[in-house]
Amino acid sequence: MRIADKNHSAVEMVQEALNKAEHFSDHYIFTYINTENALKKAKEIDEKIARGEKVGRLAGVPYALKDNFLSPEGETTASAHILEGFTSPVTATAVQKLEDEGAIMIGRTNMDAFAHGSSTENSYYGPTLNAYDTERVAGGSSGGSAVAVALGIVQFATGTDTGGSIRQPASFNGVYGFKPTYGTISRYGVVAMASSTDCIGFFTQTPEDMDLLMSIASGQDRNDLTTLPDYYVNTESKSAKRVGVIKDFDNESVDEEIRDALRQKTEMLEKKGYEIVELEMPALKYALAAYYIIVPAEVASNLSRYDGIRYGLRSEKATDIETIYNDTRNEGFMPENKRRIMIGNFVLSSGFYDAYFLKAAKARTLIVEEYEKAFQKCDYILTPVSPNPAFKLGEKVNDPVAMYLEDVMSVSLNLAGVPGLAIPAGKTREDNLPIGLQIVGPRRSDKNLLAFAKECIDE
Amino acid sequence: MAEDYSVTGKDGKKYTPTIGIECHVQLRTKTKLFSEVDNDARGKEPNSCVSPVDYALPGMLPRLNGRAIKFAVRAGRAMNCEINPESRFDRKHYFYPDSPKGYQITQFYHPIIGAGYVELSSGRKIRIEHAHMEGDAGKLTHYATYSLVDLNRVDTPLIEIVSMPDIHSAQDAHDYAKELWRLMCYAGVTYGDLYNGNMRFDVNTSVAPEGAEELGTRTEVKNLNSFRSVERAVEYEIKRQIQVLEAGEKVKQETRGWNDATGQTTAQRSKEEAKDYRYMPEPDIPPVHLTEEFIENELKDFPLMPADYREKFRDTIKDDLLEILLDYPTLMKKLGDMDEKHITLMVNLFTSVLLAEEKSAEYLNDLPSAKDLNELAEMNEKKELSSTATKEVFLKLFDPQMKGRGTKNIAKELGLIQENDLGALEQIVDTVLAKPETKKAQEDYRAGEEKVLGFLIGQVMKESHGKANPSAVQQILREKLK
Repeated sequence: MRIADKNHSAVEMVQEALNKAEHFSDHYIFTYINTENALKKAKEIDEKIARGEKVGRLAGVPYALKDNFLSPEGETTASAHILEGFTSPVTATAVQKLEDEGAIMIGRTNMDAFAHGSSTENSYYGPTLNAYDTERVAGGSSGGSAVAVALGIVQFATGTDTGGSIRQPASFNGVYGFKPTYGTISRYGVVAMASSTDCIGFFTQTPEDMDLLMSIASGQDRNDLTTLPDYYVNTESKSAKRVGVIKDFDNESVDEEIRDALRQKTEMLEKKGYEIVELEMPALKYALAAYYIIVPAEVASNLSRYDGIRYGLRSEKATDIETIYNDTRNEGFMPENKRRIMIGNFVLSSGFYDAYFLKAAKARTLIVEEYEKAFQKCDYILTPVSPNPAFKLGEKVNDPVAMYLEDVMSVSLNLAGVPGLAIPAGKTREDNLPIGLQIVGPRRSDKNLLAFAKECIDE
Repeated sequence: MAEDYSVTGKDGKKYTPTIGIECHVQLRTKTKLFSEVDNDARGKEPNSCVSPVDYALPGMLPRLNGRAIKFAVRAGRAMNCEINPESRFDRKHYFYPDSPKGYQITQFYHPIIGAGYVELSSGRKIRIEHAHMEGDAGKLTHYATYSLVDLNRVDTPLIEIVSMPDIHSAQDAHDYAKELWRLMCYAGVTYGDLYNGNMRFDVNTSVAPEGAEELGTRTEVKNLNSFRSVERAVEYEIKRQIQVLEAGEKVKQETRGWNDATGQTTAQRSKEEAKDYRYMPEPDIPPVHLTEEFIENELKDFPLMPADYREKFRDTIKDDLLEILLDYPTLMKKLGDMDEKHITLMVNLFTSVLLAEEKSAEYLNDLPSAKDLNELAEMNEKKELSSTATKEVFLKLFDPQMKGRGTKNIAKELGLIQENDLGALEQIVDTVLAKPETKKAQEDYRAGEEKVLGFLIGQVMKESHGKANPSAVQQILREKLK
C-alpha cells in the first residue's frame, strides 16, 4: 500500500485520485465525490507528517466507499431512490477503523440498489460500465468499487458480499476481491441486505494490500453480535499442501476459457508441488435454490424499515398511512428490490414457511457440512467465480433467472460462511476480458488464504 | 375439573367458560432490550429515549441487554417454570408506524421460559404454557388530520406470559392476573405500575355447553391494564357469548376491545382480517445459551414468593390480612426479616396504621430496618411503650427528620418511654406520698375508698412527667398503702 510520507503528500495522492475519478466519469463509478472533505483530511495528514507525528497504516490513502456504508460524508443511499436525502449520523465500524488509520474516502461507489443484483444495472443511478469494455457490465452488486480499483483510481475500495457481490465484479474487472469468513468484519453501519450472509470485504490490486486491510478492519464489535472473537491478526501461519477442485463445476454451463484458466492454474500449482484433489460436492447443487429463498426472506424483512415515516423518501402522492407505505415503497424500490421482497414475503407466509424457508435452512446445513467434509481432504478449493466473463449491458436484465445463475458458484460460500477470494486469472482471447478464479478456504482460514493467494500468481 | 364452574343460561342450560390469559410485563431494566438508551421515559420528551437502533436507521443491529435475560430467569423461577438452556429470537413482521423496524423482535419458536404454573390464593394452579421475551412497540397519538409517533417505548424489554386455558371464572381470571402481578413484583423484575402500562393483559374467553369435549370459539380482549377490568371483561364475554349461543348463533373468533366506561367489549378485528406476521429467525442475534451456573447464580438470593409467605405465616397471620399484605411486597419482605414473635404486632401496625396513612405509598418504598421494628415491638412488649406511644413511635420511624436514629432514641426524644424501673418508681411514689396535699387521699384509701387511687396514680404520673407505667404505679401504691 502506498501511503503518504515526506516525499508523497496526501494532498497529491487525494488530488490524483479525484482527477482520475473525474477522468473516468463516463464509467459512472461514483454516486458522490467527497472532494472538500477528502482534501481537508489530506491536508491534516500532511501537517502531521510535517510535524513528525505518528500517522496510521493507511495515512493519506484515498479509497472508494460502496454506497451502502453509513458515514456522515455524503448521502448514504445504497443507490436506492428510497434512501435519497438520507445523511447518516452514524459511522459504520469498518469505515471508522479505516479512517482511524488515515484512509481518505474520495467517493461513494455505485451499486445495485440495496445490493440486489449481479451487474450494477439495478442502481437507481444507472449502470456502472466495465473497466475493460464500456459495453459490458461491471458486475455487481459492488460494481462501482471494482471498477474504481481496476482503473487505478484508488488503491482499494470497500464492498459487501451477500452472494458474490465482491467476488463477481472483482473477476469481471481483473482485481482481487475478498469475502471473509462470516463475522470477521463488523456489519454495524452497513445497510443490511441479508443479515445471515452479508459480509464486508475489499477490492485491491494485490493480496498484500488485502491482508493489511483485513488486519485493520477485522475484529469483534460489541455493536454486531454476529462478529467472531478476534482471530485474524492472531492467525498462526500454516502452509497449504492440497488444493481441491470441484468436479461438478467442470461442465459446459461454465465458459470454456474459464475452465481453461482453472486448468492452467491447477497445473501451475501442481508444478509447484501442490497435490490436486478432485472433490465431489453434490450438496452444492441446492445452494442457489436455498440462497434465493433464505436471502429474499431476510431481504424482505430488512427492507421493512424503509417506510417513508422517519427518513429518506416519502411519496408526494401519499395522503394517509396506507398510501405512505404503498406509494413510497412503490416509487422508492427498483423492480429487482420488489421481486425479492415478494419472494421473501411469500416464502415466510403462514403455510409456506415449512415448505420453503425451513427446507432451505436444512439445505444450508447440508452445504455447511459439505464444505467441512471437503476441507478434510484439502486446504483450499479453487473454483470459477461465475460461469462467464463480463456480459453485455442489458443482456440479462429481463431474465432474472439467468441473472441469478450468475451467482451459482459464489452463493454457497455465503451460505456456509466460508471465505473466498477472487483472483485475476488472465484474459479472454478474443475480447480481452478479465477472467477470475476463486480460492475458497475453511472458516477462519482468511489470513492463510490470502498468503496462499500469492502462490497462485503467475510467474 | 374438580369444581363446578358452570354458568347457567336463561334457558337453564349450563355452560362452562374457559379462559386463557396472555400478560405483557415491562421489565425494569435501566436500558432498552436492544440498545443502550434510557428505558425509563416517564416525564421525558417524546422521541428523546431513542437510539439509532431503536429508530431503525439503515445498518443498525440489535445488541442484547443481559439484565433483561437475568430478569427473565427470575420471572421464570417465580412461575415455577423451566428455564430453557437455549433460546432464540425471531422477527414478527407488520407495518405500522409504532414499529420502526417493520418487525418486532420476539421469541416465537424457542422462548426463554418453558412450562410452569402459578398458584392462586385459593390453592388452584394455573399452568403456564411458556413465556418469551420481546421488545415493546412505540405509541401513536391520533389527531383530526395527522398522527404523531413517539418511539420512547420502542424495545422496552417485555416478557409475555402465556397461560394454559386453565381458568374457568371471572374471579379466577382476576386472581390469576393479580397473582402474576405479585409474582413479578416479588421477583423484582418490573415496577408493576399498572396505571402506566407496566403490565397489560390479553384475555381469551370461550364458553361451551357443560360436558362438551371441545372448547367453544374464543374471543380475545386486548390491552386490559387492571385486575378489575380483566374480571369485568371476562364476566361480560361469558354473558355475551352465552346469549349468542342461546340465540342459536355462533360466536365469531375475533379481537374485541374493552370499554371501561360502558363495561362492554366491542368487535375490532375478525379472524379473516388477522395479520400474517411472517415469522422468521432473527439473524442478527445469536442463540442465547444459559449455563446451569449462570441460572443458579442469578437465583441464589431469590426472594420468597407469595406462596412461600402463605406457608411461612399460615399460623401467625390470618388469611384475609395476609392477602391484603401480600399486595405489598416490601411489607412482606420486612415481616419475613423480623423476629417471629413480633409478627402479630407488626401486622397490626402495618394494616391499621401504615396502610391508613396518606403517605403510605411513599413509605412502602423505604421501610424502617427490621432491627428498628423489632426494637419497637420489644419495647411495646416490655411495656416501655404504651400502645398509643407504640403507634406514635412507629410512624416517626418513617419520618424523614427522625428515621435512622434508632427506635429507642426516637422514643426517648419524644419522652414516650414509660418508667418501669421499680426502684425509681418507688422513689417517685414516695415523693408524692410525702406531699401534704395527698394525705387526705391516702387516709380515704385506707378507709376503703378505692376510687381515690386514681387521683394518687395521676399525681405520680404528673411527678414522672407522664413516663411512669400506670399499672406499675398502681401496684406500688397498693403495696405502700396496705
